[in-house]
Amino acid sequence: MTSSPLPASTSNIAPSAFRRIANTFYRHPTMTLILMLLPILLWLGVVYLGSLSAMLTQSFFSLDGFSGRVIREFTFRTYNQLLSDASNLDIILRTAGMAAAVTITCALIAFPLAYYMARYANYRMKGLLYLGVMLPLWSSYIVRVYSWRLILAQEGILTWFLNGLGLGGVLNWVLSIPGLGGSSLSFSYLGVFIVFVYIWLPYMILPINAALERVPKSVIEASADLGARPGYTFRKVILPLAFPGVVAGSIFTFSLTLGDYIIPSVFGNSSFYIGQAVYSHQGTAGNIPLAAALTVVPIIIMGVYLLIARRLGAFDAL
Amino acid sequence: MAEGKSIAVRFSNVSRHFGEVKAVDAVSLELFDGEFFSMLGPSGSGKTTCLRLIAGFEQPTGGVIELHGRNVVGIPPYERDVNTVFQDYALFPHMTVGDNVGYGLMIKRVPKKERQERVRDMLELVQLPGLGDRKPSQLSGGQRQRVALARALINHPGVLLLDEPLGALDLKLRQQMQIELKSLQQRLGITFVYVTHDQEEALTMSDRLAVFNQGKIEQLGTPAEVYERPQTEFVAGFVGISNIIRGAAAQKITGSGGAFSIRPEKIRICPPETPNTPELFSEEGVIRDVIYLGMHTRYLVELKDGGDLTVVEQNLQSTSMDVLAAKGRRVKLMWHKDFNRPIGGGA
Repeated sequence: MTSSPLPASTSNIAPSAFRRIANTFYRHPTMTLILMLLPILLWLGVVYLGSLSAMLTQSFFSLDGFSGRVIREFTFRTYNQLLSDASNLDIILRTAGMAAAVTITCALIAFPLAYYMARYANYRMKGLLYLGVMLPLWSSYIVRVYSWRLILAQEGILTWFLNGLGLGGVLNWVLSIPGLGGSSLSFSYLGVFIVFVYIWLPYMILPINAALERVPKSVIEASADLGARPGYTFRKVILPLAFPGVVAGSIFTFSLTLGDYIIPSVFGNSSFYIGQAVYSHQGTAGNIPLAAALTVVPIIIMGVYLLIARRLGAFDAL
Repeated sequence: MAEGKSIAVRFSNVSRHFGEVKAVDAVSLELFDGEFFSMLGPSGSGKTTCLRLIAGFEQPTGGVIELHGRNVVGIPPYERDVNTVFQDYALFPHMTVGDNVGYGLMIKRVPKKERQERVRDMLELVQLPGLGDRKPSQLSGGQRQRVALARALINHPGVLLLDEPLGALDLKLRQQMQIELKSLQQRLGITFVYVTHDQEEALTMSDRLAVFNQGKIEQLGTPAEVYERPQTEFVAGFVGISNIIRGAAAQKITGSGGAFSIRPEKIRICPPETPNTPELFSEEGVIRDVIYLGMHTRYLVELKDGGDLTVVEQNLQSTSMDVLAAKGRRVKLMWHKDFNRPIGGGA
């Protein structure tokens, strides 16, 4: 053991400044973490939470009906006004109902596709399907919404197509159902619903797919091995394990529908949704406190929704 | 042991091809009721596919599979009297240990009270009493292993399939589980089909074993038969240490030529001047390498006429200093002629 076969030690060479910085980061992981999180903490803490609390504060101010000025004093008057007006309650119920219908429909449509993508599609097919799901998100939301106008309009291709199939009567019958139809598909609840489902569907497919991808194949095989038919395996194993994904997707579709004001204003009849009401209160009417109070409504609805989801065990498998 | 025993699993010319890949290629075999049968082989040899064919997760592309005399080709897993212990345990993460174990009974609509009793008994059998309310994520690897075993055994399957169940455990725990599994199998009298790539595990536990290579069975027999009379070069190499002599050296040693294998523990290391005797084969060589393994020492000896042999000796008297000093020494290797195993195919 007289001579070492290893090359001479490098420790006596002065490290470059770059390496010294890297070493400092390596030795102080907490500092590194703080540095990495600082931008997002500033953004979330100051910009996001700041504006949110400003908005909450606004909702406890009120509007002076004569001068049209905001009175900066703490009061429940605005909330009182919001809840005592039947048309506001109408708007809230309509919006929440639409959000619920859109969410349930999205989940029902998305699940089979996400399931196919996660369990059966080969590598190529999976790539194609991901592309298919994401591709609409690459084009402008407004463009997609307006293209649906062309599809749903009275002289649009959907009506033309249904007439061609001899189903024009069915369409007219559907449109005549109160609470569902309207003068044409593009001016009806049904039209709003169809476009909402189309626009938010990717936000449901992706989380469900991610949840299903995480379910090991062996767990599904184990269920069959222990005697469970496919339906039983689906109810007892696959669905519970994918449920957090469904809930994550539904949070997207539900909250996005609650807040949207463009689709109802392009397609709806004259009945308002929360988004439209907020828009008009803060814009033309200048009633910022009422607009803020209306915005608090979807936040409360989402909070209640998440509590229920937790009760149902949606987050147990996380 | 074949006579008088009913057959639990029968493969008749079974193949499972994935496109060009012949995962299982025209395999025929019979497993008897109540035996501990191992499928041994390297990864990709077709042993796991065979297991999955028995379970019903795969369907054969050719041949017939029978379980207790019933043709099960086309029968889904949930209609087979077979249960599996998975390599990754495959416990249901959203259920408690008790619900995992009772899953099979829940499917059969066994009343809750009876189910709870049987789950409790089963957890006691696998030495996990009182853990029924935990979630699988709160258990150690060894405990999960036992839960998977309890879950598969609660249905009293005709055949229990085990897919490398001890692969993820550390050595001590693995050895302990080997003994437990074996005694459990003997107590319950259930046919165990055990897939492993660990030859020691297969030799320790099995009544019989099959050595798989490239989708085919190379040899099937009792552990002693397979170890002491390997029929092919592959078996000689895979079960135990590969010690094969062929060509000129084989010609010189045996006088008749033809490749043969010799187990490393059968060879004695003698001084070069030791006289030959008629009942022993002998060959001179030089010790090229010495690997001290605590309980025994492995020597790699380069033979004078080409090729090399691994020799294993127990460290009965010698210390590590003694054995390591043997490196470079000229020696004569001697072994009894009966221990030579001529190698047939597979070369």
